[in-house]
Amino acid sequence: MIGTKCETCHRHFFPPRTFCPDCRRNGRIVDHKFAGSGTIVTYTVIYTANEQFEAFTPYALAIVKLDEGPRMTAQIVCNPDEVKIGMRVKSVFRRIATDGESGIIHYGTKFVPVE
Amino acid sequence: MVGIITYGVYIPRYRIKVEEIAKVWGANAADISGGLGVFEKSVPDLDEDAATIAVEAARNALLRRKINPEDIGAVYVGSESHPYAVKPTACTVGEAIGATPNMTAADYEFACKAGTAAIQTCMGLVKSEMITYGLAIGSDVSQGAPSDALEYTAAAGGAAFLIGRDDPIATIHRTCSFTTDTPDFWRREGEDYPRHGGRFTGEPGYFKHVEGASNLLFRQTGKSPKDFTYAVFHQPNAKFPQKVAKNLGFTADQIQPGLVVPRLGNTYSGASPIGLAATLDIAKPGDTIFVCSFGSGAGSDAFDIEVTDAILDGKFRRDAAPSVEQLLKNPIYLDYARYAVHKGKIVMQL
Amino acid sequence: MRDVAVIGVGCTTFGEKWSSGFRELFVEAGALALEDAQLSGEKIDAMYIGNMSAGRFIEQEHIGALIADYAGLATHHIPSTRVEAACASGGLAFRQAVIAVASGMEDIVVAAGVEKMTDVEPGASTDTLTGAADREWEGFVGATFPGLYAMIATDYMHRYPLTREQLAQVAVKNHYNGARNPIAQYQQEITIETVLKSTMVAEPLRLFDCSPITDGAAAVIVAPLERAREFTDTPIKVLASAQASDTITLHDRRDISTLDATVAAGKKAFRLAKLTHKDIDMVEVHDCFTIAEICAIEDLGFCRKGEAGKFTADGETALNGKIPVNTSGGLKACGHPVGATGIKQVYEIVQQLRNEAGKRQIDNAKIGMTHNVGGTGATVAVHILGRV
Repeated sequence: MIGTKCETCHRHFFPPRTFCPDCRRNGRIVDHKFAGSGTIVTYTVIYTANEQFEAFTPYALAIVKLDEGPRMTAQIVCNPDEVKIGMRVKSVFRRIATDGESGIIHYGTKFVPVE
Repeated sequence: MVGIITYGVYIPRYRIKVEEIAKVWGANAADISGGLGVFEKSVPDLDEDAATIAVEAARNALLRRKINPEDIGAVYVGSESHPYAVKPTACTVGEAIGATPNMTAADYEFACKAGTAAIQTCMGLVKSEMITYGLAIGSDVSQGAPSDALEYTAAAGGAAFLIGRDDPIATIHRTCSFTTDTPDFWRREGEDYPRHGGRFTGEPGYFKHVEGASNLLFRQTGKSPKDFTYAVFHQPNAKFPQKVAKNLGFTADQIQPGLVVPRLGNTYSGASPIGLAATLDIAKPGDTIFVCSFGSGAGSDAFDIEVTDAILDGKFRRDAAPSVEQLLKNPIYLDYARYAVHKGKIVMQL
Repeated sequence: MRDVAVIGVGCTTFGEKWSSGFRELFVEAGALALEDAQLSGEKIDAMYIGNMSAGRFIEQEHIGALIADYAGLATHHIPSTRVEAACASGGLAFRQAVIAVASGMEDIVVAAGVEKMTDVEPGASTDTLTGAADREWEGFVGATFPGLYAMIATDYMHRYPLTREQLAQVAVKNHYNGARNPIAQYQQEITIETVLKSTMVAEPLRLFDCSPITDGAAAVIVAPLERAREFTDTPIKVLASAQASDTITLHDRRDISTLDATVAAGKKAFRLAKLTHKDIDMVEVHDCFTIAEICAIEDLGFCRKGEAGKFTADGETALNGKIPVNTSGGLKACGHPVGATGIKQVYEIVQQLRNEAGKRQIDNAKIGMTHNVGGTGATVAVHILGRV
């Protein structure tokens, strides 16, 4: 997970931002590799999904607060009944969606509970 | 000295038991398990494929040793289930581990030995000093047609090996191969499932080539089975490696740590690599490991490997990533219906 | 800066209008508004049309021009502008019209909203609505629009004493009101049990916690207050127009259960109108999901954070409550033709203030408020209107 960091105010961004909202033009943005661990802040279990995700329902979707600070939205790979606010999770590399049978495959980040 | 700098494995958490598959087709589970020596196999999650498995295996390898990914000069991924027919899995892996852009990459296909072929290529590039490190991966989600014998064993998993010169945890003293044009098992472009020649896959396939490569390596190195602590053979089931080990003169104890197929199934391009990884998981400095893969079509790659002190010296931390045993723990069992959904065996309306 | 008044309003019925296409919907609403203002079309100086996604729903862009043409005004060459802010498109179109008149640049301006959502497969309409959120960092990873509001609900219910029944009561109340509103998509009352037994969409939100897919259009006409009586005996003055933005993603918000843009726009509107909460007789809030209404009444300041559930269950937001919320039936019962909702909210308040709200009429209605939200709270428009 490569995001960015503002060296001026030390705020981390994932998803990456090229412009620090706090420092704006005074911010010095550099790449930052995130450790991939975080905590679940809130979640839902999606039963009715958009077309590309229908095959996966029901699945857990959460807002994860990464240890470095920023929050991101991602699926949680586990039994949906087990998701809890405050659960510790770590990132994994998964197939997110495809543009149909002959289209591009999109890979990305999901999270699994840390045992 | 060219050798393995670090290694990593990934096995998905889902499993299906042979008896569950047998139930669906009205077959006798005991006969099948008895005949194959396999009891359950791994199944990929809905969002896993050969690329995600390769990435996780590669990342696990990099967790064990501090390597600058930008020093990886080549990435080769061998699989029978590359997500794209055209567009290399190796590029996705390279990007996901931060090795791009100054590297070469390509995908390999040689049925179940595509992963070991990748290791051989990396050895050549490293030895010739064309690259510092090469990453060789065997990763598969494996296909087996419904009710075919292969369905009982075709499994998902992968292992990654970083090959280099500097302080390897295991030196690869020598490698050689035995290759012929033999149609024992094949899959035509666009077909969902492979086909095979039944009993023809045995003697003219597996045994001829594994014994061919193994004997070639014995001649080239002057070594024999008793010179090795362990041996790892390709494992489409438990019976073939047990028989070939016996034929060549290896004991059951020598092949035991590397024989994971009873609980994992046949991970195709991941099979010998995972067997080697399982052996490295318990190896000590000075242990010697004989490896011989087999890929239908057909060919075998044999390796003479010696574990060094570096495996315990601290720069390499075996515990920093899960061992094969740890990955085999805590499985989640599926019934056949869910297994079919996971493997895309149900035709959906798109 | 001149005072602005609403001189005419019109609204189609909302629902699955299989026989009405996009153009017909607008023309119907526009004609009703012109009729109401006793105005002939050539007197219109400008139009602002709220529409979220004609491009995805009917593969049509350039809505401003299309509408002007089908309204019969192409040859009058008036400025016609489409305004887009997802579900707040209507509220922003109204604000743009108010600004045009207040600034003195235009005199008679139409603010309209229209959405035709039923000409695509259901999967395509829910996917289009995901564009109201952050497609790349929310939609692409598997979030749905109800899923995002469901995460707000999970967070809210974890921190505040809101019960599942109290949340359902929001829908029950809105259906009660909708059954008394001739334009509403749903004319039937429901019970808490109806809500709790409906299909789960995104935990904890069920089908009846969610506003539906709807076709519809609404139009209002604004003019300088000083000229209003040329057109109507019941001009309604725009006392305040406020708009605010916030982060597009839910995960970047300061507080997941508080729409800071609502707080900002609401405070600004009260300040501009020099009014307080007790001056407001009824408020139309953006109940795209039941939890959205809970957050809205708190974030606008009608009750304290964490108390909206009890407030609702106690009947304080019902027609005969302390502060009637969504007398129209809200998005839940009226339906939510996305671009039209913000204008429909103005339509409802105007009807209330003119004493034309029939069975939904609030006694002695003098001042009303509208609250229109885009996405999960990235855009909010708040207006306050009053009897002259």
